[in-house]
Amino acid sequence: MPLSSADFSAIWLTVKLASLTTVILLIIGTPIALWLSRTRSWWRGPIGAVVALPLVLPPTVIGFYLLLTMGPNGYFGQLTQWLGLGTLTFSFAGLVIGSVIYSMPFVVQPLQNAFSAIGTRPLEVAATLRANPWDTFFSVILPLARPGFITASILGFAHTVGEFGVVLMIGGNIPDKTRVVSVQIYDHVEAMEYAQAHWLAGSMVVFSFLVLLALYSSRKTKAGWS
Amino acid sequence: MIRASRLAPTALATLIAAFAFSSANADEVQVAVAANFTAPIQAIAADFEKDTGHKLVAAYGATGQFYTQIKNGAPFEVFLSADDTTPQKLEAEGDTVKGSRFTYAVGTLALWSAKEGYVDAKGEVLKKNQFQHLSIANPKAAPYGLAATQVLAKEGLTEKVKDKIVEGQNITQAYQFVSTGNAELGFVALSQIYKDGKVTSGSAWIVPSSMHDPIKQDAVILNKGKDSAAAKALVEYLKGPKAAAVIKSYGYEL
Repeated sequence: MPLSSADFSAIWLTVKLASLTTVILLIIGTPIALWLSRTRSWWRGPIGAVVALPLVLPPTVIGFYLLLTMGPNGYFGQLTQWLGLGTLTFSFAGLVIGSVIYSMPFVVQPLQNAFSAIGTRPLEVAATLRANPWDTFFSVILPLARPGFITASILGFAHTVGEFGVVLMIGGNIPDKTRVVSVQIYDHVEAMEYAQAHWLAGSMVVFSFLVLLALYSSRKTKAGWS
Repeated sequence: MIRASRLAPTALATLIAAFAFSSANADEVQVAVAANFTAPIQAIAADFEKDTGHKLVAAYGATGQFYTQIKNGAPFEVFLSADDTTPQKLEAEGDTVKGSRFTYAVGTLALWSAKEGYVDAKGEVLKKNQFQHLSIANPKAAPYGLAATQVLAKEGLTEKVKDKIVEGQNITQAYQFVSTGNAELGFVALSQIYKDGKVTSGSAWIVPSSMHDPIKQDAVILNKGKDSAAAKALVEYLKGPKAAAVIKSYGYEL
C-alpha cells in the first residue's frame, strides 16, 4: 500500500475541512455577494476590497495575524476564552475559521458575478408579479445564478484543499485535527520520505486537474465566444 | 511601441548581467543555516565580515528542507546543519568537500514558557500536566524535536501528554507558538532564549544533556564552495576562539 494510514487520515481531514468551509462560505458568502452586486452604497468599494484581500495577501500574513488574534492574548482569543471555548489555535475549528477567511474571495466573487449577470429586469418582473424578496430569491435569483453557485463551490473547495501556509502557522501539525494533506506532504519531504511524498503529491495533481477539468468542461460556451 | 520592444531586450540583458555579477562575487559566501543558529550566526557574521572582509549571506530554515534544496542545486557553499546525520548523508553522497565536516556546536534543549515563574528549575511542571498545549519541533525533521520526545519518554510522559503536543515545522515555529502564548510551554533551543549566560525572558528548565542523545550540529563545505576562499575562511573562523565565545554565550556547548 503506497499510502499509509496517516496519509489517509490527512486526506479525510482535508475533505472534511474543505467541505465544511465550502458550506459555511456559501451561507455567509451569498448575502455578501448579493449585497455587493446590488448596492450603490459607498461601502461597496471597501467591503469588496476586504473580501478580495486573501487573493493578494501571502498566507503567512493571514496565518500570523490569526495566530496573534486567536491566541490567549488576542481579542478573538479572549472572546473565545470568555465564552468558555478556550483558544482556537491548534484546533479543527480554528482551521475552519482560517479557511473561511482564506477562501472567501473564491466563493464570493463567482457569486457576485453571477448575481450581476442576472441584471435588474427579472427582479422587476418578479416584483410586478408580487413576489416577496424571499420568493424572488428562491424562485428567480437562485435558479438563474446556478452556474455561479457551482463555480463558487468548486473553487472554494479546491482552494481550501490547496491551503498550506495558514494551516502551517496556526495548526500545530496534530494528527486527525490539523494535519491536512499539504502539511503531510511537507512533513514527508522534510523527513526525506520522497516516495510517500510522491504518492500524496501526485494524487493532489490528479485531483486538482480533475476538479478544474470538471469546472471548465461544465461551462457552456457563451454566445460570441468561439 | 517599436522603441519599447527594442528597449526591452537591452533592459533584460542588463538585469541578467547585474544578477550574474552579484552572484559571481568571490568575496561572498552563501550559507544555509539551521534555524536554531539564527541569532549566533548573526552575531558571528558581523565580526567575521569586519575581520576578514568577506560577506556572509545566510538563509535560515529546517535541515531536511536544506537537504532537498542542496540535492537540487541550491547555491549554498557552506551548510550549518542542526544535526550530524544530514551532513554525513551529504558527504556519503558526494555533495561536500571531503574532510570539511566538523561539529561547530552542541545544542542544549530547554523547556520554556513566556510566562515568568511558569516553568520551575527542575521541569516538574511537565509532570503536573496542567497545561493545554506543549509545543515541540517536528521530531521527524528537527533534532531538537527528537530530543524533546526522548526527554518525554525518559520521564514516562509520552502517553500522558500525547494529546497536548503541538508541532512546529522547525524549532523557530516551536518557539513562536510559545512566545505568542498559544502554547503555555514548549521545548526550544536554549540559543533562542539565552544571551550572555542567562535566560532572557519568561521561565525555563535547561534540560540536562544526559536526558537525550547529544544534539551535535555539524557543518560542511558543499561542492559549490569548493573554490571559494570566503567559504574556507568562514569554516576556519567558526573553529576559532572568537566564534567559540559567541557560540557559548548562546548556551551551546563545544
